[in-house]
Amino acid sequence: MKTTLTKRIVTAGLRGFYRNRTVSLSSIFILTITLSIITAFYLFHAIFTYTLDQIREKVDVRIYFTTDATEEQITDVKAKILGLSQVKAVTYTSREQALLDFKQKHAGDQLTLQALDELGVNPFGASLSIVAKDTSQYEAIANQLTKDSPLLSSASGAVDQINYYQLKDSIDKLNNIIGWVNTVGFWLSIIFILMSCMIVYNTIRLAIFVYRDEIAVMKLVGASNMFIRGPFVVEAILYAVVATIITLVIFYPATIWFTKKTVFFFEGMNLNSYYLTHILSLSGLLLLSGLLLSIISSLLAVRKYLKV
Amino acid sequence: MLYFDRVSKEYANGNKVLDNISLTVHKGELVSVVGHSGAGKTTLIKLLLAEEGPTEGTVSFHSDNIHELRGNDMTNYRRKIGVVFQDFRLIPNKTAYENVAFAMEAAGKHDDEISEDVPHVLDLVDLKSKMHHFPHQLSGGEQQRVAIARAIINRPEIIIADEPTGNLDPLNTYDIVQILKKINDLGTTVILTTHNKGIVDNLGRRVITMEDGRITRDQKSGKFTM
Repeated sequence: MKTTLTKRIVTAGLRGFYRNRTVSLSSIFILTITLSIITAFYLFHAIFTYTLDQIREKVDVRIYFTTDATEEQITDVKAKILGLSQVKAVTYTSREQALLDFKQKHAGDQLTLQALDELGVNPFGASLSIVAKDTSQYEAIANQLTKDSPLLSSASGAVDQINYYQLKDSIDKLNNIIGWVNTVGFWLSIIFILMSCMIVYNTIRLAIFVYRDEIAVMKLVGASNMFIRGPFVVEAILYAVVATIITLVIFYPATIWFTKKTVFFFEGMNLNSYYLTHILSLSGLLLLSGLLLSIISSLLAVRKYLKV
Repeated sequence: MLYFDRVSKEYANGNKVLDNISLTVHKGELVSVVGHSGAGKTTLIKLLLAEEGPTEGTVSFHSDNIHELRGNDMTNYRRKIGVVFQDFRLIPNKTAYENVAFAMEAAGKHDDEISEDVPHVLDLVDLKSKMHHFPHQLSGGEQQRVAIARAIINRPEIIIADEPTGNLDPLNTYDIVQILKKINDLGTTVILTTHNKGIVDNLGRRVITMEDGRITRDQKSGKFTM
């Protein structure tokens, strides 16, 4: 009995989808726009996160040691700092490496290099670069790195300077921007998604409005509510599936185009390959959103006419 | 089998369309309800179909107050009555066959039974050759015959026909009345509302005359008199 009922509902839904092509197409079109907005936000979020990560990687707290600091002292400080919960990584730059970096940076500047040669000794001290797990944690880390803190006790005389306070302004600014973009992005996506939900609901409501007399007749010839609702739900599922496929297909060339256009701007970010590696989770998200939107809209719209 | 017990219907604007109606319809009867437009015939039918509820009184089918039926009970009740409307009310995107089959599918009948009964009933109303036509490909008379086929397909206990010939020419009117008569002869109760004097006089069956929401006459074998 249940199988027969399901079969009849599915058949009626498929038939309705095909026979009312204009209505089906307009519903799919509107749903595709909504899903495209969701996809755009999904990709925007990826670009934003990537860009932020790039910026974050460039921010660190650096401890400069005097030239006479021993390697043991530095290794000891490094181990202690790694023990802090907010710290993601600590990178050691030796005196020799610092000299090499400096030379590379000023490779074309003969005057500076000559001056360096005339010194006869390596004027650079070793340094430790500390990367926090989150940019908001730099201040907490820096606060623990005062010259007389137990973390630096073993190398108290060997610490030349800690550069957090020079970076503090830019780090604060970055934190503000991240917070602001996150809040604005969140509300913007909520507003856009709500708006498109309303449009989808209204389109499906209008599509079903056409059937209000039929629904009443179905009730009067003894069809149960489920038997009437079922085909509309099947049609709604088809709208969602087709709209998801169309959206995914549209965004493939779109991401290729975007990657080509922005290759210099987002250095190293290939949106198309990001899209392809995340296509499964994105399809899941789109299908789920599409299904929820269209099924709920259908059920709400039909419910109104079932009260006969 | 069908009882109206002191039924009144008044709309929110104070318009009283049914006033203290009491009547009984027995199994196997063919009852014509006649009256001018606005006499209350259609409201009577709407109460029978539970499309609307009475302001006062009860409408019962056997021992059930039909306006207290909910969910499955209401669905089951509606499967026991077949309805034919003046404007046919076929489902436009379903063929004649599918319109009739829909009532059977809704009642949960088997596919075998559907594929056997639907052509048979469409043959009965002389539409077998057009069973795969959509409503817009059929004439008014043909559409009404599809509606009758849909109404009788589940072998209901009562057929309610609300002005079934209102939109038809005399020839089609005659055909439809003959079909309804045949259905009644086979034992199904038929309630028919009409303006058409010719139909009522020819039938020679029970006639209920309504005026201003009241029953003014109820004759066992009556004529159309107003």
